Amino acid sequence: MSLIRVRGLSVSLGGRRVLDGVDLAIAPGEIVTIVGPNGSGKSTLLRAIIGAVPAAAGTIERQGGLRLGYVPQKLALDASMPLKVRHFLDLPRPVSPGERARALDEAGAGGLEERQLAALSGGQLQRVLLARALLGRPQLLLLDEATQGLDQPAAASFYRRIETLRNRTGAAILMVSHELHVVMSASDRVICLNGHVCCAGKPEQVASAPEYRALFGTGTGGALALYRHEHDHAHDHDRHGEQAP
Amino acid sequence: MSLLLAPFMLRAALAALGVALAAAPLGAFVVWRRMAYFGDAISHGAMLGVALALAASLPVFWGVLAVTLVLALAVAALAGRGVPVDTLLGVAAHGALALGLVAVSFVPGVRIDLMAYLFGDVLAVGGADLALIWAGAALLLGLAAWRWRALLLSAVDEDLAIASGLSPRRERLTLMLALALLVAFSLKVVGALLVSALLILPAAAARPLARGPGWMVAAAMAIGAASALGGLALAALADSPAAPSIVSLAALAFLLTHGLASLRHRGDCQRGQ
Ligand SMILES: Nc1ncnc2c1ncn2[C@@H]1O[C@H](COP(=O)(O)OP(=O)(O)OP(=O)(O)O)[C@@H](O)[C@H]1O
Ligand SMILES: [Mg+2]
Repeated sequence: MSLIRVRGLSVSLGGRRVLDGVDLAIAPGEIVTIVGPNGSGKSTLLRAIIGAVPAAAGTIERQGGLRLGYVPQKLALDASMPLKVRHFLDLPRPVSPGERARALDEAGAGGLEERQLAALSGGQLQRVLLARALLGRPQLLLLDEATQGLDQPAAASFYRRIETLRNRTGAAILMVSHELHVVMSASDRVICLNGHVCCAGKPEQVASAPEYRALFGTGTGGALALYRHEHDHAHDHDRHGEQAP
Repeated sequence: MSLLLAPFMLRAALAALGVALAAAPLGAFVVWRRMAYFGDAISHGAMLGVALALAASLPVFWGVLAVTLVLALAVAALAGRGVPVDTLLGVAAHGALALGLVAVSFVPGVRIDLMAYLFGDVLAVGGADLALIWAGAALLLGLAAWRWRALLLSAVDEDLAIASGLSPRRERLTLMLALALLVAFSLKVVGALLVSALLILPAAAARPLARGPGWMVAAAMAIGAASALGGLALAALADSPAAPSIVSLAALAFLLTHGLASLRHRGDCQRGQ
């Protein structure tokens, strides 16, 4: 039984088709990673799953009463609102100090309670966002580039934490990542997205798939593959607005 | 001095206090969501409501409420369609105000005191007005308290709100309708031109004092209430126009809190932080 099942999902934003016929299912306890170049619709797919963008075609089925945790790629924070981390974690439901401290520790953000959210560093904010997502005891955790802004040891320990979490709570994790080298070792399944699903499967399978190589170069799935990415993708969904730096 | 304790002065004070308290939470959300022009649009649109109410010989309150509600819904609907919101609000604000003034000039046989609706006439507030204001204020404060966390999370990030099972669209609409209501019942006190000032200034002045959203609302209430009472006292003692005096004090509070905050900040830097 899947937690969510996406069938033939198409999404249009601003008159452009961003996702086209995407199929996807997540089972309990799975760690699934979405990779793809900038502008390939990874964030849009996660936003469609939480219900923030409407589907132009296709369906998204959720298991009844599914508890979602969502860590967005960026937060539209406005410094005009004074908001401590502690207040932020109390939205939309107040939590006990014990729960709060546990979630912050689990996300590696212990001791940030009294800091202003708008004044956190990028990496600290990511950890706080993860802590907030954990408070809802999610069965499915959606992470959109949750390791951006984390230094390398922190990113590594972040993935370890995610794995521990999965092992402890049985939560499934669907994450977007550009860190191909880590992704390959930390995921059960990889989905390569470029407007549509180019290829999907076990990390080794995906890494050797021609579609994947077309997108990320012929490296062994190392981080450098991304930097060698060129506009030689065979599909007609060439929507890379910008290349990876 | 005895002027300060005259019954009409007490009524004025209670009315201004009610408006200031109700405006505080809404003003905070207007500041957080960068909707400052929205207050303008709705309050200026109120003039059209005044004209229509007079033409139809309805109570002004209902005319204003009807027009501001329609305006709030129209702006909310159009804003979701890709029209730049500040352009839209500018058109709505100026268009509705101008149309209102033109319409008022055509109302036959009635010579109305336009100034009273543009700048309010807090000193002429009667018992029924007072009841209306406090009923409205209680309603708005109750609404803000009831929806507090949902409104707050929607203002922080709409996607997070959706992921938590809330509907940010609904919260935005709630806020807009609440603003329409506030404008309708406070028109008599501060007038169309100054409603949005009383909405935004106390909240903006409260920002540097507050470490949390609840505190910001509380501080906005205190600043709004102090400006209301101080402005009325000024009006009574110096014979200045009441509503502009209130707003001037709120603007002064803004300068004070922001000035103090930047002084304190500079102090931090000099101590090597
Ligand atoms: N609100 C929007 N309106 C119009 N177009 C949008 C909107 N949001 C995203 N897009 C477009 O949709 C496409 C997919 O965007 P999306 O954010 O899903 O990409 P992504 O794969 O997450 O990219 P990145 O790796 O840079 O985060 C892009 O071409 C983008 O320009
Ligand atoms: Mg993205």
